[in-house]
Amino acid sequence: MTARMATHLSITALSVLSAALFLAAPSMAQTKPAAAPAAAAAPAAAKLLPAQSDIAFTFRQMGVPVDGHFKKFDAQLAFDPKNAAAGKVSLSIELGSATIGDAATDAELVKPDWFDTKKIPTATFQSTAIKALGGGKFEATGKLSIKGQVKDVVVPVALTQAGGTTTAVGSFAMKRLDFKIGEGEWKDTSIVANDVQVKFKLALAGVAPL
Amino acid sequence: MSTMDQQNNDPDQQPTLPVDPAALSAAPVAPTATAPASVPMPAAPVQASPAVGKTRYDGLAMAFHWVLAIAIIGTFSVGWYMADLPFSLTRLKLFNWHKWAGVTILALSALRLLWRLSHRPPADLPMPGWQKFGAHAVHWLLYAAFFAVPLSGWAYSSAAGFPIVWFGVLPLPDFVSKDKELAESLKQLHQFFAYGLGLLVLAHLGAVVKHVVLDKDGLLRRMLPGRA
Repeated sequence: MTARMATHLSITALSVLSAALFLAAPSMAQTKPAAAPAAAAAPAAAKLLPAQSDIAFTFRQMGVPVDGHFKKFDAQLAFDPKNAAAGKVSLSIELGSATIGDAATDAELVKPDWFDTKKIPTATFQSTAIKALGGGKFEATGKLSIKGQVKDVVVPVALTQAGGTTTAVGSFAMKRLDFKIGEGEWKDTSIVANDVQVKFKLALAGVAPL
Repeated sequence: MSTMDQQNNDPDQQPTLPVDPAALSAAPVAPTATAPASVPMPAAPVQASPAVGKTRYDGLAMAFHWVLAIAIIGTFSVGWYMADLPFSLTRLKLFNWHKWAGVTILALSALRLLWRLSHRPPADLPMPGWQKFGAHAVHWLLYAAFFAVPLSGWAYSSAAGFPIVWFGVLPLPDFVSKDKELAESLKQLHQFFAYGLGLLVLAHLGAVVKHVVLDKDGLLRRMLPGRA
């Protein structure tokens, strides 16, 4: 995991460097603005880099760990690491983009017993408080809303920065039945466990330095 | 024709024969007790060597045979039924049960093979050489299938991205990594081996019927508990 992240980070760093080289002077003016707001008092609006980001989940099916992830999601951040308490983060995740790499199961996930994407296609997370824990670590408290069910969650997040990209990683545990994910016969947690581990890696451009 | 001893599924009695020498010598003997009818050469050693006079498989061999016979037929049937089920809780359950049963069969087959290799089965009943050969060939192939079928299923499960967790408790290692194309090939291999096993079982059963109905040579008794 860390190795992979490191690779991602160095690739990011490389591409930023080469972009800077290619673009040369004229475009400097354009690339700069992203960094400039860092100095401003108000938290800058950061931008998600989807290609380098991932939101994944793991659950157990009769003891068998099953990994999946969401292909489409977005994040809005107004966050200055030096003034975390004033920061705001919101995420929206397209539930219909969930995949575990098995077509038959993926087709099932969108149905009413699971995500019921026709009714409410997106899950959201809206932060209510962000606490800096030091050393690039933060704790985001917020409301997680899936399938019309809203629960408070506390999410630990670690930030690292390289080449102008800020990477936020973290994970938290949730109970699928809190959100009515898996209804009817699927409520049986001896078949599909109630615990779901959610892991994320969000690559962001435009976050002020740590 | 009698094929062979099927019921003794000892698979291998011996085409090869490390084990057989004894069996061979004993062969003529055994029949006297059970199959008077067509025994071609009962004359010689009748009841001969006591040491070799074993006419039945031992208790553990019988236990392995019957328990695994039921387990294999049951697991095969579940596999056949579940393969084309649409996504459902039932399908999920059946797949996992099938995998747990398959791994159990694999483990028991390994013990059974060890037992078989260390315990001589009763001698062949008198029958033409080609029938003996056929019987032993089927037994050996059955043993090969006892391993090939579950191992290919296990690999298929791994390649499909669903590692097996035995009885939902013990995670088993993956010999192959997740790979869609490989999973498809392994699925077909598993199916091929399973159908092969099915055909071998049919041959085995057909031979039993032949011995019981036509030869009436008491062959089935070799695999049934009872008085000596």
